[in-house]
Parts: sequence; C-alpha cells; structure tokens
Amino acid sequence: MRLISVKQLQLNLKKNKLKFSVTVTLKKDVLDPQGKVVQNTLQNLGMDSLKSVRQGKYFELEVSDNDQAKAEKRVDDMCKKLLANLIIEDYKVNKI
Amino acid sequence: MNSSVIVFPGSNCDRDIAVALEKMQFKNQMIWHKETKLPKSDLIVVPGGFSYGDYLRSGAIAGKSLIINEVIKAANEGCLVLAICNGFQILTETGLLKGALLRNKNLKFINKDINIKVINNDTKFSNKYKKNQILKINIAHNEGNYFTNPDHLKELNNEDLIAFKYCDKDGNINENSNPNGSLENIAGIFNSKKNILGMMPHPERMVDSLISNNDGVNLFSSLLN
Repeated sequence: MRLISVKQLQLNLKKNKLKFSVTVTLKKDVLDPQGKVVQNTLQNLGMDSLKSVRQGKYFELEVSDNDQAKAEKRVDDMCKKLLANLIIEDYKVNKI
Repeated sequence: MNSSVIVFPGSNCDRDIAVALEKMQFKNQMIWHKETKLPKSDLIVVPGGFSYGDYLRSGAIAGKSLIINEVIKAANEGCLVLAICNGFQILTETGLLKGALLRNKNLKFINKDINIKVINNDTKFSNKYKKNQILKINIAHNEGNYFTNPDHLKELNNEDLIAFKYCDKDGNINENSNPNGSLENIAGIFNSKKNILGMMPHPERMVDSLISNNDGVNLFSSLLN
C-alpha cells in the first residue's frame, strides 16, 4: 500500500480544483432601477463625484479540473446556460 | 379539450388556473415539474407564482427543469401554450418567447386591477375578444417590465405578435397607463407561430363576477372555439 501524507493529500486536492469568480451585470442599454436608487442615495450622502452605479450579481465557482483552459470553457458554458441571461445581462469571468 | 398545468415548487396560481379551466369545461391535469412525460394535451399552462423562490432570476431555474424540455418539445410541435406571469418569465428564460421581464421601473411589487387593450384578436387565444377591446384584469408582479431588442420589437409590430397592451380605462396607451415600464406598454406577446401566449396579467382571476369580473372568460372560450 502506498502511503501519502495528509499534507500531500491536501496539496493534491488543491491541485484538482480551480476557482473562478463570475460577475453578472445588466447590459449598458438596459435600465437598472436598483443601481439608480443606490446612485441617488450615495449622491444624497454627499458623494458628489459619483457618476453612476450599476448593480449586479457575484458568484464564486470551484471546478474540479486541472486544465485551466478547459475549466474556463466550462465556466463560460455555465454563464451562458444559466448564470447570465444574455438578452439583458453581460458577464465577466476571472480566475481567483 | 385536454389541458395540463405545470406545477413548480413556489407556483401559487396553479390552483386558480385549474379552477378556471375546469369551470370552462377543460379536462385538466396537474403536472409536477419532476415529471418527464406530458400527457397528451391540447393546451399547456405555465402558471404564475414564484417558482424556486425567484432564485437567480425570475423563471431562470424553472426554465431548466425536467418537465420544461417536454413543454418545449410540445410547443415546437404546435401545442398551445399559455404562460401567465411567472410562466411568461419562465418561457422567456427557455427562449420559447423572446425578450425578458425586468424589474418594475418603480421597483415596487404591483398588485392591482389595470386595463389592457386587445391588440390582436385573430389568434387561437383571443378570437372571442373584439379588436381594441378594453379589459380590466389583475396584475401581481415585481418583474413585469417587458424588454426586447429593437429587431424583435420591430418583428412584434410587423407580424402582429403583440397580444395586449396596458392602457387606461378609455384605452389610451401612454406612459401614464404603463404600470411597470414595459416597452411600448406591452402586456402580452405571441411567438412567431402564435401557438404560445405569454402575458403578465392574470386572466384566471377574472372568470367569476362574484369575486372580480368576467373579462378573462373569453380567453378560455377562444381556446375552446
């Protein structure tokens, strides 16, 4: 039987997983009433230099893949299929 | 006529539509979202409510549920599909109906009786109404602000795919009679084959003059016609 240390096991587990963040926001030409209200409130609080606010959603995903390119493609697929509605939303993927 | 009402966790107008359908002599069945087969139906109804608690986006999770694949298949084969409120949101998420329902412009959940105008009465869903007839129907939604791209909006107008528009009691269609910010006051649309109707107002709540009015009855009698 081959013995591996706990440390090695943890390292292996870490290796087999990639983390990504996904940010979903409404497209530029889609009205974002929530962002607008946040913007107005911040401006009322005296934040004069504030130009605009767009509100969105943030996801953190873990993928059990070693190959980063493959994993990125998978995450992109997840965004297109479910996380974002491409009619009204844009998304950005970042490796974390 | 055989009808099937799809039930998701969080649907809350499924019983109302079943009562309305049975009152109108439809032979109705309730279909749980985990089913993988639809009984032979002349009409499928995707009812209102808050499927999956509106998690992610209204209708997003239900739009990927098991039974929805069957609904898509049946719809593509020409089966009539009536999608009300959350049902409309679900069908836009599947792509069966184009566009999307955004948060109401005033950020408020709106529950009130409003007026809508019948724009196209030459369809399976609306033939018992008169063109430009003004109906009083209840709306109850937080995301009813219809949005679509300019090309599709053109298509909706050119192909007569707009079913209903919000108006005031005299039939004026303008910003003041637009409760939620929908493009061109759109309250309901058809797909290009006109076998699917998606609408935010609730016709099933308007089938009994004792509790509301009868303005929804003709939608169901159109289907039976």
